[in-house]
Amino acid sequence: MTRKQRRITLISSALFALALAVGLMLVALRDNIVFFYGPSELAQKAPAVGKRLRIGGLVKEGSFSRQPDETIRFKVTDARQDVAVVYKGALPDLFREGQGVVAEGALGQDGVFWADTILAKHDERYMPREVADALKKQGVWREGDQKSP
Amino acid sequence: MIVETGHYALVLALALALVNSVAPICGSVSGDRRLMAIAPSVALMGFAFTAYAFFALTYAHVTSDFSLANVVENSHSAKPMIYKISGVWGNHEGSMLLWVLVLSLFAAAVALFSGSMPEDLRANVLGVQSWIAAAFLLFILLTSNPFARLAEAPMEGADLNPLLQDPGLAIHPPLLYLGYVGLSITYSFAAAALISGRIDSVFARFVRPWTLVAWICLTLGIAMGSYWAYYTLGWGGFWFWDPVENASLMPWLAATALLHCTLVMEKRDALKIWTIFLAILAFSLSLLGTFLVRSGVLTSVHAFASDPRRGIFILAILVVFIGGSLVLFALRAGGLKQGGLFAPISREGALVLNNLLLTTCCATVFVGTLYPLALEALTGEKISVGAPFFNLTFGPLFVPLFLLMPIGQCLAWKRGDLAGAAQRVFVAIAAGLAAMLALAAWRGGPVASVVLSGIAVYVIIGSFADVWRRLFGGGASFAAAGQRALGLPRQAFGAAFAHAGIGVTLLGLAATGWGAEKIIAMKPGETVSVGGYDVTLDRVTPRAGPNYSEMVAATTIRSGGNVVARIEPATRFYPARRMSRSEAGISTIGFGQVYMSIGEMTGNGAVNTRIFWKPLVALIWIGALLMAFGGGLSLSDRSFRIGVARRAGKARAGSPQLAE
Repeated sequence: MTRKQRRITLISSALFALALAVGLMLVALRDNIVFFYGPSELAQKAPAVGKRLRIGGLVKEGSFSRQPDETIRFKVTDARQDVAVVYKGALPDLFREGQGVVAEGALGQDGVFWADTILAKHDERYMPREVADALKKQGVWREGDQKSP
Repeated sequence: MIVETGHYALVLALALALVNSVAPICGSVSGDRRLMAIAPSVALMGFAFTAYAFFALTYAHVTSDFSLANVVENSHSAKPMIYKISGVWGNHEGSMLLWVLVLSLFAAAVALFSGSMPEDLRANVLGVQSWIAAAFLLFILLTSNPFARLAEAPMEGADLNPLLQDPGLAIHPPLLYLGYVGLSITYSFAAAALISGRIDSVFARFVRPWTLVAWICLTLGIAMGSYWAYYTLGWGGFWFWDPVENASLMPWLAATALLHCTLVMEKRDALKIWTIFLAILAFSLSLLGTFLVRSGVLTSVHAFASDPRRGIFILAILVVFIGGSLVLFALRAGGLKQGGLFAPISREGALVLNNLLLTTCCATVFVGTLYPLALEALTGEKISVGAPFFNLTFGPLFVPLFLLMPIGQCLAWKRGDLAGAAQRVFVAIAAGLAAMLALAAWRGGPVASVVLSGIAVYVIIGSFADVWRRLFGGGASFAAAGQRALGLPRQAFGAAFAHAGIGVTLLGLAATGWGAEKIIAMKPGETVSVGGYDVTLDRVTPRAGPNYSEMVAATTIRSGGNVVARIEPATRFYPARRMSRSEAGISTIGFGQVYMSIGEMTGNGAVNTRIFWKPLVALIWIGALLMAFGGGLSLSDRSFRIGVARRAGKARAGSPQLAE
């Protein structure tokens, strides 16, 4: 096999691997991206029922309740809009009313957000960045409100 | 006082780094041996000063000196001693200091252990290493000074983030940094080789042991971090495809590829350009990881602070070092001579394929990690790219890698025989297929788990096919094989163990499909059956720790009425930060684990629990240990020490001349 042929084999196999990877990534990006919305954005954009989403905001004070069958209901708020969330499962340690939360799931026909994951992502100040940004957009949260302890 | 001297030592270290970033390289260009000769001693002094600065900060943490802002923000007088020490690197400033310490440690190690290296190569390597050190020392001194004092010292500190108060987290960052920053040496080697224009198999032989050291530490560091996430986050997951985890996975993939292609360059003097490129790439990805983690663009327990100035500073370092090295690469790479020829089906060909797949995997992780950031910066839209994306892209690229791994090991250099290699791994193929059939009959279960387990068995057995043939080939007896084993290079055993380690990890991953999970509110006295084990919650009691209070759920695990283990999952509350975290109760049974974490109490005296049965889960980390062990075996191979032996010979030859 000559040098030229060898180089062609090498380049074509590299191109093949690259094409495969790009193809896989495009398919994966089309189907597996999850958008993040704050409550106001959610109301505004009205995503399709059943589409996977993440929502984030503060857990509304006084909205948390636990049904006898261990289903959990609470509202996520950014002070302008509320979204009712239903979730069944264990809550992360840092979940509490008045604090930031990120939930992943989908909207149901009834406008309730059916979460299957409550994320424990947070920084040392207990505020998921996405939530802080969503709140900032609504002018509810100002920089420096939450001083690090 | 000690604190001020520490600060001063850091400034001195910067001055030394600046000296070393100019003088030795000037020396190598002008051929001045005296200038080149200063590099090792300056590197050693730089390490001494940085180590002193680190000691000073540690001293302040250990003695709870609350006049230091860094100590106030991250320590508490009631914190146990181990976390007072690990708290030094459990914050932004301290972790950057650790980063620089490791950087100078590697420079010092090169200065000490490279007596056999060509003089100009060593001078250039230490010079480039000093550029990096100078950049990061400037970063610390200008934007993240750990030695800043407070005008009025408070009585008590704010305590360390409870999630970081864990023995796993005490060793995870140093190990990971040894890996991350260890790649800086390969980068320096590549840049030095480009500067001096000498890129040959000698270069590959010198760069390989350093890559191995970094790779071993990186492997252990990643495994440690994943085990920490597994038992402290309380959801039983061990890898979340979190951007921060990806930031450590990308350099690992690049370093793995580099490890394989230095082999080709060393043995066959081929793939030179590619090796240099990978060496640059691996450290660039480390820098990128540092940027992602330290700049505050991501949310995670690792993102300690988000001062925009710091992000911009690291971004500038990133641009200068990656851009600069790529420019150097572009200028010099064209002039490289082509190396040895090889047929596509050969050991070299297999290693090229390995590199192709590993770097492609790395690229998919790169896209998955950075795409959301880029999209948010460009359109303001927030998305998350999670496990499904990576499973779909990473999986299909890794499976061929697994399938080809044992075969590639059996191919000969230059021109291999595919049928012959396949024949040699025939036993492994048969064992893999048998495992698949047996598991399908016994467990049924998810197809992916069955298939991946079969592949894992094939990889584990196939990894030893080459060593087996070299020991027992031609029907050798055990005694003869033992003789041969002594003669066989340790690299061969190292490769076999490291590859088997990948297979063991894969087996652990495949077995997750057979796990069982229950999420349930339990009252004391209640029993739940999970995966064939009866888990009884005996009682829930409060208990006081040194700087926390906890609710402990004493739990007994029984199998067929016999007590197997007792575990104590707990939730801990840290009053200083008003944060709580869970401490999972884990009992290892065989290679499987019963994992239980508890949440808050419900109104009627029950406690929310999450109980898992995770068969073979321990193999995931045991596999990583095996990989590191294999790396260690390779590192102890005598071929790495030949250079030293040759120097001893030269010295002896030289002494009579002195006598003359």
